[in-house]
Amino acid sequence: MSQTETELDYDPAIPEEEPEYQQQEMLLNVGPSHPAMHGIIRIVTKLSGELVIDSDIEIGYLHRAMEKSCEDATWNQALIYTDRLNYVSTCINNVGYCMAVEKLLNVEVPARGQYIRTLLCEISRIADHLTCVGASAMELGGFTVFLYMIKGREYMYELIEDYCGGRVTTASTRVGGMPHDLREGWLDKVLWAVKEVRTILKECDILLTYNRIFVERMQGIGKLSTERAIGYGFTGPLLRATGIGYDIRKDYPYLVYDKLDWNVPVGHNGDNLDRYLVRMEEMEQSCRILEQCVASIPGGPVSSPDKRITLPSKKDTYGNIEGLMNHFKLIMSGHGIRVPMGEVYQAVEGGNGELGFYVVSYPEEHVTDGCNDKPWRVRCRPPCFSYVAAMPEMINNSLVADIVPTFGSINMIGGELDR
Amino acid sequence: MTDKFPEQIAIEKKLPHAVYDWHAQHGDRTLIIDGTHLLSIATLLKEQLGYNFLVDLTAVDYLPRKPRFEVVYHFMNLETKARLRLKIQSDEQVPTVPSLTSLWPIANWYERECWDLFGVKFEGHPNLKRIMLYEEFKGHPLRKDYPKTKRQPLIGPEN
Repeated sequence: MSQTETELDYDPAIPEEEPEYQQQEMLLNVGPSHPAMHGIIRIVTKLSGELVIDSDIEIGYLHRAMEKSCEDATWNQALIYTDRLNYVSTCINNVGYCMAVEKLLNVEVPARGQYIRTLLCEISRIADHLTCVGASAMELGGFTVFLYMIKGREYMYELIEDYCGGRVTTASTRVGGMPHDLREGWLDKVLWAVKEVRTILKECDILLTYNRIFVERMQGIGKLSTERAIGYGFTGPLLRATGIGYDIRKDYPYLVYDKLDWNVPVGHNGDNLDRYLVRMEEMEQSCRILEQCVASIPGGPVSSPDKRITLPSKKDTYGNIEGLMNHFKLIMSGHGIRVPMGEVYQAVEGGNGELGFYVVSYPEEHVTDGCNDKPWRVRCRPPCFSYVAAMPEMINNSLVADIVPTFGSINMIGGELDR
Repeated sequence: MTDKFPEQIAIEKKLPHAVYDWHAQHGDRTLIIDGTHLLSIATLLKEQLGYNFLVDLTAVDYLPRKPRFEVVYHFMNLETKARLRLKIQSDEQVPTVPSLTSLWPIANWYERECWDLFGVKFEGHPNLKRIMLYEEFKGHPLRKDYPKTKRQPLIGPEN
Protein backbone atom coordinates (compact mmCIF):
# COMPACT_ATOMS: atom_id res chain seq x y z
CA MET A 1 0.00 0.00 0.00
CA SER A 2 1.31 3.43 -0.89
CA GLN A 3 2.08 6.00 1.70
CA THR A 4 -0.01 9.09 2.05
CA GLU A 5 1.09 12.45 0.82
CA THR A 6 1.21 14.01 4.27
CA GLU A 7 3.53 11.39 5.62
CA LEU A 8 5.93 11.94 2.76
CA ASP A 9 6.16 15.64 3.54
CA TYR A 10 7.86 14.89 6.79
CA ASP A 11 10.52 12.69 5.32
CA PRO A 12 13.46 14.72 3.96
CA ALA A 13 14.99 11.65 2.34
CA ILE A 14 12.26 11.46 -0.26
CA PRO A 15 12.26 14.02 -3.06
CA GLU A 16 9.41 16.48 -3.23
CA GLU A 17 8.19 15.36 -6.63
CA GLU A 18 6.38 12.11 -6.22
CA PRO A 19 5.97 9.47 -8.86
CA GLU A 20 2.60 9.44 -10.62
CA TYR A 21 1.39 6.06 -9.37
CA GLN A 22 1.25 7.13 -5.75
CA GLN A 23 -1.43 9.69 -6.48
CA GLN A 24 -3.99 7.24 -7.81
CA GLU A 25 -7.07 6.19 -5.96
CA MET A 26 -7.43 2.51 -5.38
CA LEU A 27 -10.42 0.22 -4.96
CA LEU A 28 -10.04 -2.38 -2.26
CA ASN A 29 -12.50 -5.14 -1.54
CA VAL A 30 -12.66 -6.12 2.11
CA GLY A 31 -14.54 -9.38 2.16
CA PRO A 32 -17.00 -11.05 1.38
CA SER A 33 -15.13 -13.50 3.54
CA HIS A 34 -12.27 -12.01 5.47
CA PRO A 35 -10.47 -13.18 8.62
CA ALA A 36 -11.36 -9.96 10.43
CA MET A 37 -15.04 -10.15 9.51
CA HIS A 38 -17.56 -11.70 11.85
CA GLY A 39 -19.70 -12.86 9.00
CA ILE A 40 -19.86 -12.64 5.27
CA ILE A 41 -20.14 -9.08 4.10
CA ARG A 42 -18.39 -7.11 1.40
CA ILE A 43 -17.00 -3.66 1.98
CA VAL A 44 -15.87 -1.93 -1.19
CA THR A 45 -13.53 0.86 -0.19
CA LYS A 46 -12.02 3.61 -2.26
CA LEU A 47 -8.60 4.45 -0.94
CA SER A 48 -6.28 7.36 -1.28
CA GLY A 49 -3.11 6.01 0.18
CA GLU A 50 -4.23 4.45 3.43
CA LEU A 51 -7.18 6.76 3.83
CA VAL A 52 -10.66 5.45 3.13
CA ILE A 53 -12.37 8.17 1.13
CA ASP A 54 -15.51 6.30 0.17
CA SER A 55 -17.05 2.96 0.94
CA ASP A 56 -19.99 0.84 -0.02
CA ILE A 57 -21.41 -2.11 1.90
CA GLU A 58 -22.95 -5.14 0.29
CA ILE A 59 -24.93 -7.60 2.38
CA GLY A 60 -27.22 -10.53 1.68
CA TYR A 61 -24.69 -13.33 1.35
CA LEU A 62 -26.38 -15.24 4.15
CA HIS A 63 -30.00 -14.60 3.21
CA ARG A 64 -31.90 -17.77 4.10
CA ALA A 65 -35.47 -16.48 3.76
CA MET A 66 -36.15 -17.06 7.44
CA GLU A 67 -39.25 -14.89 7.33
CA LYS A 68 -40.67 -16.90 4.43
CA SER A 69 -39.90 -20.18 6.19
CA CYS A 70 -41.75 -19.03 9.30
CA GLU A 71 -44.91 -18.60 7.24
CA ASP A 72 -44.89 -22.30 6.46
CA ALA A 73 -44.37 -23.50 10.04
CA THR A 74 -46.72 -23.65 13.00
CA TRP A 75 -46.30 -21.16 15.81
CA ASN A 76 -44.03 -23.42 17.80
CA GLN A 77 -42.10 -24.68 14.78
CA ALA A 78 -41.26 -21.14 13.70
CA LEU A 79 -39.36 -20.85 16.94
CA ILE A 80 -36.42 -22.86 15.65
CA TYR A 81 -35.88 -20.38 12.82
CA THR A 82 -35.39 -17.64 15.39
CA ASP A 83 -32.55 -19.66 16.94
CA ARG A 84 -30.38 -19.07 13.93
CA LEU A 85 -30.79 -15.31 13.94
CA ASN A 86 -28.03 -14.73 16.42
CA TYR A 87 -26.05 -17.81 17.26
CA VAL A 88 -24.38 -16.37 20.35
CA SER A 89 -27.46 -15.06 22.13
CA THR A 90 -30.02 -17.57 20.93
CA CYS A 91 -32.21 -17.56 24.02
CA ILE A 92 -32.99 -13.86 23.65
CA ASN A 93 -34.28 -14.47 20.13
CA ASN A 94 -36.48 -17.31 21.38
CA VAL A 95 -37.86 -15.22 24.20
CA GLY A 96 -38.59 -12.26 21.93
CA TYR A 97 -40.53 -14.34 19.44
CA CYS A 98 -42.45 -16.24 22.12
CA MET A 99 -43.36 -13.04 23.94
CA ALA A 100 -44.77 -11.59 20.72
CA VAL A 101 -46.97 -14.65 20.16
CA GLU A 102 -48.01 -14.70 23.81
CA LYS A 103 -49.05 -11.07 23.54
CA LEU A 104 -51.25 -12.00 20.59
CA LEU A 105 -52.75 -14.87 22.57
CA ASN A 106 -53.08 -12.86 25.80
CA VAL A 107 -51.26 -15.56 27.74
CA GLU A 108 -49.43 -14.98 30.96
CA VAL A 109 -46.33 -17.03 31.72
CA PRO A 110 -46.05 -18.06 35.41
CA ALA A 111 -43.45 -16.33 37.55
CA ARG A 112 -40.99 -19.21 37.61
CA GLY A 113 -41.05 -19.42 33.81
CA GLN A 114 -40.33 -15.71 33.61
CA TYR A 115 -37.39 -16.03 35.98
CA ILE A 116 -35.93 -18.88 33.96
CA ARG A 117 -36.28 -16.80 30.82
CA THR A 118 -34.55 -13.88 32.47
CA LEU A 119 -31.71 -16.14 33.59
CA LEU A 120 -31.28 -17.58 30.10
CA CYS A 121 -31.44 -14.11 28.51
CA GLU A 122 -28.73 -12.73 30.74
CA ILE A 123 -26.53 -15.79 30.30
CA SER A 124 -26.87 -15.29 26.54
CA ARG A 125 -26.09 -11.60 26.84
CA ILE A 126 -22.87 -12.32 28.70
CA ALA A 127 -21.93 -14.91 26.07
CA ASP A 128 -22.69 -12.39 23.32
CA HIS A 129 -20.63 -9.60 24.82
CA LEU A 130 -17.75 -11.92 25.68
CA THR A 131 -17.60 -13.08 22.07
CA CYS A 132 -17.81 -9.56 20.70
CA VAL A 133 -15.21 -8.01 22.99
CA GLY A 134 -12.93 -11.03 22.80
CA ALA A 135 -13.03 -11.20 19.02
CA SER A 136 -12.44 -7.50 18.54
CA ALA A 137 -9.54 -7.62 21.00
CA MET A 138 -8.07 -10.53 19.07
CA GLU A 139 -8.27 -8.59 15.83
CA LEU A 140 -6.14 -5.91 17.45
CA GLY A 141 -3.59 -8.47 18.59
CA GLY A 142 -4.92 -9.34 22.03
CA PHE A 143 -5.13 -13.07 21.61
CA THR A 144 -4.89 -13.77 25.33
CA VAL A 145 -8.06 -11.80 25.95
CA PHE A 146 -9.82 -13.79 23.28
CA LEU A 147 -8.86 -17.08 24.90
CA TYR A 148 -9.87 -15.90 28.36
CA MET A 149 -13.21 -14.63 27.12
CA ILE A 150 -13.95 -17.73 25.10
CA LYS A 151 -13.30 -19.68 28.28
CA GLY A 152 -15.93 -17.52 29.99
CA ARG A 153 -18.31 -18.02 27.09
CA GLU A 154 -17.81 -21.74 27.44
CA TYR A 155 -19.13 -21.57 31.02
CA MET A 156 -22.19 -19.76 29.71
CA TYR A 157 -22.70 -22.29 26.94
CA GLU A 158 -22.41 -25.11 29.45
CA LEU A 159 -25.24 -23.60 31.48
CA ILE A 160 -27.38 -23.27 28.36
CA GLU A 161 -26.49 -26.81 27.31
CA ASP A 162 -27.44 -28.06 30.72
CA TYR A 163 -30.89 -26.56 30.42
CA CYS A 164 -31.71 -26.90 26.71
CA GLY A 165 -29.51 -29.71 25.47
CA GLY A 166 -28.13 -27.53 22.70
CA ARG A 167 -25.40 -24.96 22.81
CA VAL A 168 -26.12 -22.63 19.93
CA THR A 169 -29.40 -23.96 18.55
CA THR A 170 -31.31 -24.02 21.76
CA ALA A 171 -35.06 -23.65 21.05
CA SER A 172 -35.15 -22.90 24.74
CA THR A 173 -38.69 -21.57 25.09
CA ARG A 174 -42.15 -22.57 24.00
CA VAL A 175 -45.17 -20.42 23.31
CA GLY A 176 -46.79 -20.16 26.73
CA GLY A 177 -43.78 -20.96 28.86
CA MET A 178 -40.76 -23.18 29.08
CA PRO A 179 -40.41 -26.79 27.95
CA HIS A 180 -39.36 -28.10 31.36
CA ASP A 181 -38.23 -27.09 34.80
CA LEU A 182 -34.66 -26.49 35.88
CA ARG A 183 -32.36 -29.38 36.59
CA GLU A 184 -31.25 -29.88 40.16
CA GLY A 185 -28.14 -27.89 40.99
CA TRP A 186 -28.40 -25.68 37.93
CA LEU A 187 -28.80 -22.52 39.96
CA ASP A 188 -25.64 -23.29 41.93
CA LYS A 189 -23.79 -23.69 38.65
CA VAL A 190 -25.03 -20.26 37.62
CA LEU A 191 -23.56 -18.72 40.76
CA TRP A 192 -20.28 -20.53 40.17
CA ALA A 193 -20.15 -19.38 36.53
CA VAL A 194 -20.90 -15.79 37.54
CA LYS A 195 -17.93 -15.90 39.90
CA GLU A 196 -15.68 -17.24 37.16
CA VAL A 197 -16.89 -14.63 34.66
CA ARG A 198 -16.20 -11.86 37.13
CA THR A 199 -12.61 -13.06 37.46
CA ILE A 200 -12.23 -13.14 33.69
CA LEU A 201 -13.69 -9.65 33.35
CA LYS A 202 -11.25 -8.33 35.90
CA GLU A 203 -8.30 -9.94 34.13
CA CYS A 204 -9.37 -8.71 30.72
CA ASP A 205 -10.10 -5.26 32.04
CA ILE A 206 -6.50 -4.98 33.20
CA LEU A 207 -5.24 -6.38 29.91
CA LEU A 208 -7.27 -4.06 27.71
CA THR A 209 -8.39 -0.87 29.45
CA TYR A 210 -4.87 -0.07 30.59
CA ASN A 211 -3.28 -1.15 27.34
CA ARG A 212 -2.02 1.80 25.38
CA ILE A 213 -2.11 0.06 22.01
CA PHE A 214 -5.68 -1.09 22.47
CA VAL A 215 -6.95 2.24 23.78
CA GLU A 216 -5.25 4.30 21.11
CA ARG A 217 -6.64 2.15 18.37
CA MET A 218 -10.16 2.39 19.79
CA GLN A 219 -10.38 5.96 21.07
CA GLY A 220 -11.98 8.38 18.66
CA ILE A 221 -12.30 5.72 15.96
CA GLY A 222 -15.62 4.86 14.36
CA LYS A 223 -17.24 7.85 15.98
CA LEU A 224 -20.84 8.77 15.29
CA SER A 225 -22.71 11.67 16.85
CA THR A 226 -25.84 11.13 18.93
CA GLU A 227 -28.02 12.75 16.32
CA ARG A 228 -26.74 10.58 13.48
CA ALA A 229 -26.96 7.50 15.68
CA ILE A 230 -30.65 8.20 16.27
CA GLY A 231 -31.16 8.85 12.58
CA TYR A 232 -29.63 5.49 11.82
CA GLY A 233 -31.83 3.75 14.35
CA PHE A 234 -29.02 2.69 16.68
CA THR A 235 -30.05 0.80 19.80
CA GLY A 236 -28.31 -1.19 22.48
CA PRO A 237 -24.65 -0.66 23.43
CA LEU A 238 -23.97 1.47 20.37
CA LEU A 239 -26.67 4.01 21.21
CA ARG A 240 -25.75 3.96 24.89
CA ALA A 241 -22.14 4.71 23.95
CA THR A 242 -23.32 7.99 22.45
CA GLY A 243 -24.91 9.03 25.74
CA ILE A 244 -28.53 7.94 25.55
CA GLY A 245 -29.53 5.48 28.24
CA TYR A 246 -32.17 3.72 26.19
CA ASP A 247 -32.59 0.14 27.30
CA ILE A 248 -35.76 -1.82 26.62
CA ARG A 249 -35.32 -3.72 29.87
CA LYS A 250 -35.76 -0.41 31.71
CA ASP A 251 -38.03 1.54 29.38
CA TYR A 252 -40.50 -1.19 28.45
CA PRO A 253 -40.00 -3.65 31.31
CA TYR A 254 -40.65 -7.26 30.39
CA LEU A 255 -40.05 -10.56 32.18
CA VAL A 256 -38.86 -9.68 35.70
CA TYR A 257 -36.39 -6.89 34.97
CA ASP A 258 -38.42 -4.27 36.83
CA LYS A 259 -38.19 -6.32 40.04
CA LEU A 260 -34.39 -6.34 40.03
CA ASP A 261 -31.80 -3.76 40.92
CA TRP A 262 -29.34 -2.93 38.16
CA ASN A 263 -28.08 0.03 36.15
CA VAL A 264 -27.79 1.02 32.52
CA PRO A 265 -24.20 1.99 31.67
CA VAL A 266 -23.85 5.01 29.39
CA GLY A 267 -20.89 6.35 27.42
CA HIS A 268 -20.23 9.84 26.10
CA ASN A 269 -18.19 9.85 22.93
CA GLY A 270 -19.87 7.24 20.76
CA ASP A 271 -16.54 5.81 19.64
CA ASN A 272 -15.22 2.28 19.70
CA LEU A 273 -13.68 2.62 23.14
CA ASP A 274 -16.98 3.69 24.67
CA ARG A 275 -18.74 0.76 23.06
CA TYR A 276 -16.17 -1.56 24.54
CA LEU A 277 -16.53 0.04 27.99
CA VAL A 278 -20.33 -0.08 27.84
CA ARG A 279 -20.22 -3.77 26.95
CA MET A 280 -17.78 -4.54 29.77
CA GLU A 281 -19.99 -2.79 32.30
CA GLU A 282 -23.12 -4.44 30.93
CA MET A 283 -21.62 -7.85 31.60
CA GLU A 284 -21.09 -6.86 35.21
CA GLN A 285 -24.72 -5.72 35.40
CA SER A 286 -25.86 -9.00 33.88
CA CYS A 287 -23.91 -10.82 36.57
CA ARG A 288 -25.81 -8.81 39.16
CA ILE A 289 -29.12 -9.69 37.52
CA LEU A 290 -28.20 -13.37 37.50
CA GLU A 291 -27.33 -13.36 41.19
CA GLN A 292 -30.57 -11.62 42.12
CA CYS A 293 -32.61 -14.01 39.97
CA VAL A 294 -31.00 -17.02 41.62
CA ALA A 295 -31.71 -15.55 45.04
CA SER A 296 -35.36 -14.76 44.39
CA ILE A 297 -36.60 -17.42 41.95
CA PRO A 298 -40.00 -18.69 43.10
CA GLY A 299 -41.39 -22.19 42.83
CA GLY A 300 -44.41 -23.31 40.87
CA PRO A 301 -45.16 -24.18 37.24
CA VAL A 302 -42.99 -22.92 34.39
CA SER A 303 -45.70 -22.88 31.72
CA SER A 304 -49.18 -21.54 31.31
CA PRO A 305 -51.80 -24.08 32.46
CA ASP A 306 -53.85 -23.49 29.29
CA LYS A 307 -53.94 -26.88 27.55
CA ARG A 308 -54.77 -25.31 24.18
CA ILE A 309 -51.36 -23.64 24.15
CA THR A 310 -48.89 -25.54 26.30
CA LEU A 311 -47.63 -28.93 25.26
CA PRO A 312 -48.11 -31.59 27.98
CA SER A 313 -45.04 -32.94 29.72
CA LYS A 314 -43.42 -35.99 28.15
CA LYS A 315 -44.52 -38.04 31.17
CA ASP A 316 -48.15 -37.28 30.34
CA THR A 317 -47.72 -37.68 26.59
CA TYR A 318 -46.37 -41.19 26.93
CA GLY A 319 -48.18 -42.07 30.14
CA ASN A 320 -51.90 -41.40 29.71
CA ILE A 321 -54.45 -40.99 26.95
CA GLU A 322 -55.41 -37.42 27.86
CA GLY A 323 -51.81 -36.28 27.59
CA LEU A 324 -51.41 -38.13 24.29
CA MET A 325 -54.54 -36.52 22.85
CA ASN A 326 -53.50 -33.13 24.08
CA HIS A 327 -50.12 -33.59 22.44
CA PHE A 328 -51.70 -34.70 19.17
CA LYS A 329 -54.15 -31.81 19.09
CA LEU A 330 -51.32 -29.35 19.45
CA ILE A 331 -49.05 -31.01 16.90
CA MET A 332 -51.52 -31.91 14.13
CA SER A 333 -51.59 -29.67 11.11
CA GLY A 334 -54.64 -27.44 11.05
CA HIS A 335 -55.11 -27.73 14.83
CA GLY A 336 -52.22 -26.62 17.00
CA ILE A 337 -52.15 -23.30 18.76
CA ARG A 338 -54.93 -21.18 17.31
CA VAL A 339 -53.86 -17.58 17.37
CA PRO A 340 -56.62 -15.03 16.82
CA MET A 341 -56.31 -12.46 14.07
CA GLY A 342 -54.12 -9.54 14.99
CA GLU A 343 -50.71 -8.00 14.82
CA VAL A 344 -48.20 -7.15 17.47
CA TYR A 345 -44.73 -5.66 17.76
CA GLN A 346 -42.68 -6.93 20.65
CA ALA A 347 -39.18 -5.71 21.31
CA VAL A 348 -36.62 -7.23 23.64
CA GLU A 349 -33.14 -6.08 24.49
CA GLY A 350 -30.92 -8.39 22.50
CA GLY A 351 -27.22 -8.64 23.16
CA ASN A 352 -26.75 -6.11 20.43
CA GLY A 353 -29.75 -3.83 20.79
CA GLU A 354 -33.43 -3.75 20.12
CA LEU A 355 -34.55 -7.06 18.70
CA GLY A 356 -38.13 -6.61 17.59
CA PHE A 357 -40.64 -9.11 16.31
CA TYR A 358 -43.59 -7.88 14.29
CA VAL A 359 -45.90 -10.88 14.20
CA VAL A 360 -49.12 -10.99 12.21
CA SER A 361 -51.82 -13.61 12.54
CA TYR A 362 -54.36 -13.56 9.75
CA PRO A 363 -56.86 -16.35 9.05
CA GLU A 364 -56.68 -18.26 5.82
CA GLU A 365 -59.69 -18.16 3.48
CA HIS A 366 -61.39 -21.43 4.45
CA VAL A 367 -61.05 -20.89 8.20
CA THR A 368 -64.21 -20.08 10.14
CA ASP A 369 -62.98 -19.33 13.67
CA GLY A 370 -60.84 -16.36 12.64
CA CYS A 371 -57.64 -17.97 13.90
CA ASN A 372 -54.56 -19.33 12.22
CA ASP A 373 -52.25 -22.11 13.32
CA LYS A 374 -49.38 -20.60 11.34
CA PRO A 375 -47.88 -17.13 11.45
CA TRP A 376 -49.03 -15.04 8.51
CA ARG A 377 -45.94 -12.94 8.75
CA VAL A 378 -42.99 -12.86 11.13
CA ARG A 379 -40.83 -9.83 10.72
CA CYS A 380 -37.63 -9.58 12.69
CA ARG A 381 -36.16 -6.17 13.31
CA PRO A 382 -32.47 -7.01 13.62
CA PRO A 383 -30.38 -4.65 15.74
CA CYS A 384 -27.22 -4.80 13.65
CA PHE A 385 -28.97 -3.87 10.40
CA SER A 386 -28.79 -0.20 11.27
CA TYR A 387 -25.19 -0.45 12.45
CA VAL A 388 -24.05 -1.95 9.19
CA ALA A 389 -26.03 0.66 7.27
CA ALA A 390 -24.09 3.34 9.15
CA MET A 391 -20.70 1.68 8.55
CA PRO A 392 -19.72 3.90 5.59
CA GLU A 393 -20.21 6.96 7.75
CA MET A 394 -18.10 5.46 10.52
CA ILE A 395 -15.15 4.32 8.40
CA ASN A 396 -14.96 7.08 5.79
CA ASN A 397 -12.07 9.47 6.35
CA SER A 398 -10.25 7.02 8.57
CA LEU A 399 -7.45 4.59 7.87
CA VAL A 400 -7.87 1.15 6.37
CA ALA A 401 -6.63 -0.39 9.60
CA ASP A 402 -9.50 1.31 11.46
CA ILE A 403 -12.08 -0.73 9.57
CA VAL A 404 -11.22 -3.75 11.71
CA PRO A 405 -11.84 -2.29 15.21
CA THR A 406 -14.94 -0.44 14.00
CA PHE A 407 -16.35 -3.54 12.43
CA GLY A 408 -15.57 -5.52 15.54
CA SER A 409 -17.28 -3.00 17.78
CA ILE A 410 -20.59 -3.02 15.86
CA ASN A 411 -20.81 -6.78 16.41
CA MET A 412 -22.42 -7.63 13.11
CA ILE A 413 -24.15 -11.00 13.08
CA GLY A 414 -24.76 -12.40 9.62
CA GLY A 415 -27.72 -14.50 10.70
CA GLU A 416 -29.87 -11.63 11.85
CA LEU A 417 -28.56 -9.12 9.35
CA ASP A 418 -29.56 -11.15 6.31
CA ARG A 419 -32.15 -13.41 7.92
CA MET B 1 -63.05 1.61 19.00
CA THR B 2 -60.74 3.63 21.16
CA ASP B 3 -60.62 7.40 21.45
CA LYS B 4 -58.47 9.32 19.04
CA PHE B 5 -54.79 9.53 19.91
CA PRO B 6 -53.25 12.96 20.50
CA GLU B 7 -50.92 12.37 17.55
CA GLN B 8 -53.91 11.66 15.36
CA ILE B 9 -55.63 14.89 16.41
CA ALA B 10 -52.44 16.79 15.59
CA ILE B 11 -52.24 15.14 12.18
CA GLU B 12 -55.89 15.76 11.43
CA LYS B 13 -55.56 19.40 12.32
CA LYS B 14 -53.09 19.76 9.50
CA LEU B 15 -54.35 17.13 7.05
CA PRO B 16 -58.06 16.56 7.74
CA HIS B 17 -58.59 13.40 5.69
CA ALA B 18 -55.19 11.74 5.93
CA VAL B 19 -56.07 9.23 8.67
CA TYR B 20 -58.46 6.53 7.50
CA ASP B 21 -58.66 4.39 10.61
CA TRP B 22 -57.04 3.76 13.96
CA HIS B 23 -56.94 1.10 16.65
CA ALA B 24 -54.92 0.10 19.69
CA GLN B 25 -54.67 -3.68 19.58
CA HIS B 26 -52.58 -5.26 22.38
CA GLY B 27 -51.43 -1.79 23.36
CA ASP B 28 -49.87 -1.04 19.97
CA ARG B 29 -51.35 2.18 18.70
CA THR B 30 -51.89 2.07 14.97
CA LEU B 31 -52.96 4.65 12.42
CA ILE B 32 -53.96 3.67 8.91
CA ILE B 33 -53.12 6.62 6.73
CA ASP B 34 -53.29 7.87 3.17
CA GLY B 35 -49.99 6.98 1.50
CA THR B 36 -49.74 10.20 -0.45
CA HIS B 37 -49.51 12.19 2.79
CA LEU B 38 -46.85 9.99 4.39
CA LEU B 39 -44.00 12.44 4.01
CA SER B 40 -45.84 15.35 5.61
CA ILE B 41 -47.18 13.14 8.41
CA ALA B 42 -43.71 11.74 9.12
CA THR B 43 -42.25 15.25 9.11
CA LEU B 44 -44.93 16.35 11.54
CA LEU B 45 -44.26 13.34 13.77
CA LYS B 46 -40.54 13.90 13.74
CA GLU B 47 -40.34 17.64 14.09
CA GLN B 48 -43.30 18.52 16.27
CA LEU B 49 -44.37 15.40 18.14
CA GLY B 50 -40.90 14.11 18.96
CA TYR B 51 -41.10 10.77 17.15
CA ASN B 52 -37.45 10.97 16.21
CA PHE B 53 -36.72 7.27 15.93
CA LEU B 54 -37.70 5.08 12.97
CA VAL B 55 -37.69 1.66 14.58
CA ASP B 56 -38.81 -0.51 11.74
CA LEU B 57 -40.18 -0.47 8.24
CA THR B 58 -41.70 -3.49 6.60
CA ALA B 59 -44.63 -4.69 4.54
CA VAL B 60 -47.23 -7.43 4.78
CA ASP B 61 -48.93 -9.18 1.87
CA TYR B 62 -52.54 -10.10 2.65
CA LEU B 63 -53.36 -11.94 -0.59
CA PRO B 64 -56.24 -12.50 -1.47
CA ARG B 65 -57.66 -9.76 0.73
CA LYS B 66 -58.28 -6.34 -0.73
CA PRO B 67 -56.42 -4.06 -0.21
CA ARG B 68 -53.59 -6.49 -0.59
CA PHE B 69 -50.45 -4.76 0.67
CA GLU B 70 -49.72 -2.95 3.85
CA VAL B 71 -46.54 -0.96 4.35
CA VAL B 72 -45.90 -0.76 8.09
CA TYR B 73 -43.81 1.88 9.89
CA HIS B 74 -42.89 1.78 13.55
CA PHE B 75 -41.95 5.07 15.18
CA MET B 76 -40.72 5.79 18.65
CA ASN B 77 -40.33 8.93 20.72
CA LEU B 78 -37.02 8.64 22.55
CA GLU B 79 -38.05 11.18 25.19
CA THR B 80 -41.40 9.77 26.26
CA LYS B 81 -40.81 6.24 24.91
CA ALA B 82 -44.19 6.36 23.18
CA ARG B 83 -44.58 4.20 20.12
CA LEU B 84 -46.77 4.65 17.08
CA ARG B 85 -47.39 2.42 14.10
CA LEU B 86 -48.38 3.82 10.72
CA LYS B 87 -49.85 1.64 8.03
CA ILE B 88 -50.46 2.37 4.39
CA GLN B 89 -52.77 0.07 2.49
CA SER B 90 -52.44 -0.43 -1.21
CA ASP B 91 -53.96 -2.67 -3.82
CA GLU B 92 -51.70 -1.89 -6.72
CA GLN B 93 -49.54 -4.51 -8.37
CA VAL B 94 -46.49 -2.44 -7.45
CA PRO B 95 -47.47 -0.36 -4.42
CA THR B 96 -45.83 3.05 -4.40
CA VAL B 97 -45.19 5.13 -1.31
CA PRO B 98 -42.97 8.14 -0.71
CA SER B 99 -39.49 7.53 0.62
CA LEU B 100 -38.44 8.67 4.08
CA THR B 101 -34.71 8.78 3.32
CA SER B 102 -34.67 12.56 3.62
CA LEU B 103 -35.82 12.30 7.24
CA TRP B 104 -34.05 9.17 8.51
CA PRO B 105 -30.89 7.80 6.89
CA ILE B 106 -31.75 4.26 7.98
CA ALA B 107 -34.89 4.38 5.82
CA ASN B 108 -32.54 3.97 2.88
CA TRP B 109 -31.72 0.37 3.74
CA TYR B 110 -35.13 -0.58 5.09
CA GLU B 111 -36.73 0.63 1.89
CA ARG B 112 -34.26 -1.24 -0.25
CA GLU B 113 -35.08 -4.38 1.72
CA CYS B 114 -38.80 -3.80 1.38
CA TRP B 115 -38.42 -3.30 -2.38
CA ASP B 116 -36.30 -6.41 -2.65
CA LEU B 117 -38.58 -8.76 -0.76
CA PHE B 118 -42.04 -7.26 -1.38
CA GLY B 119 -41.73 -5.12 -4.49
CA VAL B 120 -42.91 -1.95 -2.80
CA LYS B 121 -41.67 1.05 -4.72
CA PHE B 122 -40.39 4.04 -2.76
CA GLU B 123 -40.61 7.28 -4.67
CA GLY B 124 -37.67 9.59 -4.10
CA HIS B 125 -35.29 6.88 -2.93
CA PRO B 126 -31.77 7.66 -4.14
CA ASN B 127 -30.74 4.13 -5.03
CA LEU B 128 -33.60 1.64 -4.97
CA LYS B 129 -31.87 -1.64 -5.73
CA ARG B 130 -31.97 -5.09 -4.21
CA ILE B 131 -30.13 -5.62 -0.95
CA MET B 132 -30.60 -9.26 0.12
CA LEU B 133 -30.85 -10.85 -3.31
CA TYR B 134 -28.85 -10.36 -6.48
CA GLU B 135 -29.87 -7.92 -9.17
CA GLU B 136 -30.83 -10.61 -11.68
CA PHE B 137 -33.33 -12.25 -9.31
CA LYS B 138 -36.88 -12.27 -10.69
CA GLY B 139 -39.86 -11.57 -8.46
CA HIS B 140 -40.20 -10.61 -4.84
CA PRO B 141 -39.96 -13.65 -2.59
CA LEU B 142 -41.94 -12.56 0.46
CA ARG B 143 -45.10 -12.04 -1.58
CA LYS B 144 -47.66 -14.72 -0.91
CA ASP B 145 -47.90 -15.67 -4.59
CA TYR B 146 -44.18 -16.44 -4.76
CA PRO B 147 -43.91 -20.21 -4.24
CA LYS B 148 -41.69 -21.10 -1.32
CA THR B 149 -40.06 -24.00 -3.14
CA LYS B 150 -39.21 -22.05 -6.27
CA ARG B 151 -35.57 -22.09 -7.25
CA GLN B 152 -33.79 -19.59 -9.44
CA PRO B 153 -30.40 -20.01 -11.05
CA LEU B 154 -27.71 -17.76 -9.69
CA ILE B 155 -26.89 -15.55 -12.64
CA GLY B 156 -23.91 -13.32 -12.24
CA PRO B 157 -23.41 -9.98 -13.89
CA GLU B 158 -22.51 -9.96 -17.61
CA ASN B 159 -18.74 -9.66 -17.19
